[in-house]
Amino acid sequence: MPGFGRCRGGGGRWLAAALAGLALLGCGGEDRASGPPVLAWYVFDEPSGAFAEAARRCAAASHGAYRIALRPLPADADQQREQLVRRLAAGDRAIDLIGMDVIWTAEFAAARWILPWPEETAQRVRAGRIAATVASATYEGRLWAIPFTTNTQLLWYRTDRVAAPPPTWDAMIQTAEALGSDGTIQAQGERYEGLTVFFVSLLASAGGAVLSEDGRSVSLATGPTREALRVMRRLADSPASAPGLASAREDQCRLAFEAGGSSFMVNYTYVWPSARANAPAVAEAMGWARWPGVAPDRPSRVAIGGINLGVAAFSRHPDLARQAAACLAAPPGQRLAAGRGGLPPTLAALYDDPAVRATFPFADLLRATLRDAVQRPQTPLYNDVSLAIGRVLHPPSAIDPARDVERLREALGRALRSEGLL
Amino acid sequence: MTTRRDPAEERLGWLLCTPAVLAMLLVTAYPIAYAVWLSLFRYDLRFPDERVFVGLANYASVLTSEVWWGALFNTLTITLASVALELVLGLALALVMHRVLFLRRTLRASVLVPYAIITVVAALAWKFAFDPVTGFVNPWFGTERAWLTERWSAFLVIILTEVWKTTPFMALLLLAGLTLVPRELLEAARVDGASAWQRFRRIQLPLLRPTLLVALLFRTLDAFRIFDTVFVQTRGAQGTETVSLIGYQTLVTRLNLGLGSAVSVLIFLGVLAIAAVFVKGLGASLSREGEAR
Repeated sequence: MPGFGRCRGGGGRWLAAALAGLALLGCGGEDRASGPPVLAWYVFDEPSGAFAEAARRCAAASHGAYRIALRPLPADADQQREQLVRRLAAGDRAIDLIGMDVIWTAEFAAARWILPWPEETAQRVRAGRIAATVASATYEGRLWAIPFTTNTQLLWYRTDRVAAPPPTWDAMIQTAEALGSDGTIQAQGERYEGLTVFFVSLLASAGGAVLSEDGRSVSLATGPTREALRVMRRLADSPASAPGLASAREDQCRLAFEAGGSSFMVNYTYVWPSARANAPAVAEAMGWARWPGVAPDRPSRVAIGGINLGVAAFSRHPDLARQAAACLAAPPGQRLAAGRGGLPPTLAALYDDPAVRATFPFADLLRATLRDAVQRPQTPLYNDVSLAIGRVLHPPSAIDPARDVERLREALGRALRSEGLL
Repeated sequence: MTTRRDPAEERLGWLLCTPAVLAMLLVTAYPIAYAVWLSLFRYDLRFPDERVFVGLANYASVLTSEVWWGALFNTLTITLASVALELVLGLALALVMHRVLFLRRTLRASVLVPYAIITVVAALAWKFAFDPVTGFVNPWFGTERAWLTERWSAFLVIILTEVWKTTPFMALLLLAGLTLVPRELLEAARVDGASAWQRFRRIQLPLLRPTLLVALLFRTLDAFRIFDTVFVQTRGAQGTETVSLIGYQTLVTRLNLGLGSAVSVLIFLGVLAIAAVFVKGLGASLSREGEAR
């Protein structure tokens, strides 16, 4: 059968070509023999280039010990996590450094996807940093990442319409209703992470907590939880709430506030440079204050955000990655991130730096808010917990404070037991 | 057919089939069986060591959840609405294409364009069209509606996207069916004085029935597994979650392999049920035709 023989010859050639291709692919994954090792830093795609510049400077300062290659992640925090988690669960060795959202610490640490920091280095990292930022990188008593940048929400209001910023949500809703059509309050009510931030901040301001101290069981004391839910419902029912509350994220709020028809907004600090660039007239009359509290005698506690730098457990160069993380999160790196990227520093002293104060004219307020900040539940099942909160509390106009405390407890209990759909 | 084969020949037949059977087992039976196996465990990809056998508990927890039934309702709504619209439009298009005398090939090829576009791209295009800021739909109707932020208008956009994309598939299948209707039958009916509607009702439609059922089966199965359009346009927000989206969220986002596999198995059972109903209908219609002859 000559035909068969010819066919097999062709198959052999094809096989050889495929094997050669595989061999090439294999080589691509290995370290190149020449030049310093390249550390892959997976982090969200920072638009100003501050991270890229910080990476370049650290590589230069390492005197050829390492180089850093930025691997941009999607803009959406959920999609960032999805991509990382899939790679880490598969033991991807091509990840060295991770720019971790504060809510991933417990999950990544418990799954042993990141390496803990040795105690003596951890001591050095803790020194001078705002305690809440260190707490956001701590799980079960160990430090799992270096706090790099942080963030939290403030209250933004129109000084031309409001004499003094309201201390509580009730006072704010009352003032806004009295203002009439210009009194609108912008808050995040869409079913996503922003709604969890809103609820956790209200709950902590009312003196409650989502989980118990050890993070293994549901806390949700009845009094504070009902207060938090009451405020959410009151806002949703008020004529002063934005019509799109149930589908509003941070950016919709920012755009609406910049349009001028709103008097109050709870949002992150990026709205300040944005308003100055896009709506100078609004920025002119834009005041800032502490996020409103729930009880008049208790200052608000707002959920902390930000990026911590973790070292991937499967990295080929964990020691170099630690060095690089320490360099990136040192004062020069944080100044770059603040000045160019508008990301608040985690080092408390930098809030006295004139350049940083020029970027954040509200630096003292920001630092004070961060000192009292609350952590979102620190559990490896955080993602499930956050989904459960969104499921029960959306839309805010349908919250029934009397009934939903119990529903929330049940949903969170199921989430902590990895049961049920969320 | 009924003559018994030589056993040696039969053995050779099986032997020749073996590679194909093995390949099928490897790529379909194994993953399905593995999913069923996984669905019996409480198994989190983050903590592979804490795997526990829980029997049917995952199924119980899915089937008692309002989320699952809500998503099933959404999926069936989208499926029924889009397949019904596609059927009507597809049939109309097929009849037109069947009648067209000039530029036949060009017309048939151009009808296929929406079907050739990648679903994600089509979904994005429709999303932009309905966007209150960049879209052209609002100016047409003189409204300021944010279509994808409300439940029923979001459903409308999703269903329209599906219909736009898959009507060509329906139309082409039905066109193939129409070409099988013998010309003499139609001409004889015309001579007997049957109107166009009567010819369609009494001759074309009955003869089209098997093709119609096949087309409906394909489209219903596809529509039941809808994922990309919803993922791109709403990500399941505003109560538009479908069962595939629930499966994705449980498996990929929550890394809950046990629960997620249970969802996948239930979707698979749903697909099987739909197929069974259609095949039964199809079989009945074919056998009735056999009797008639």
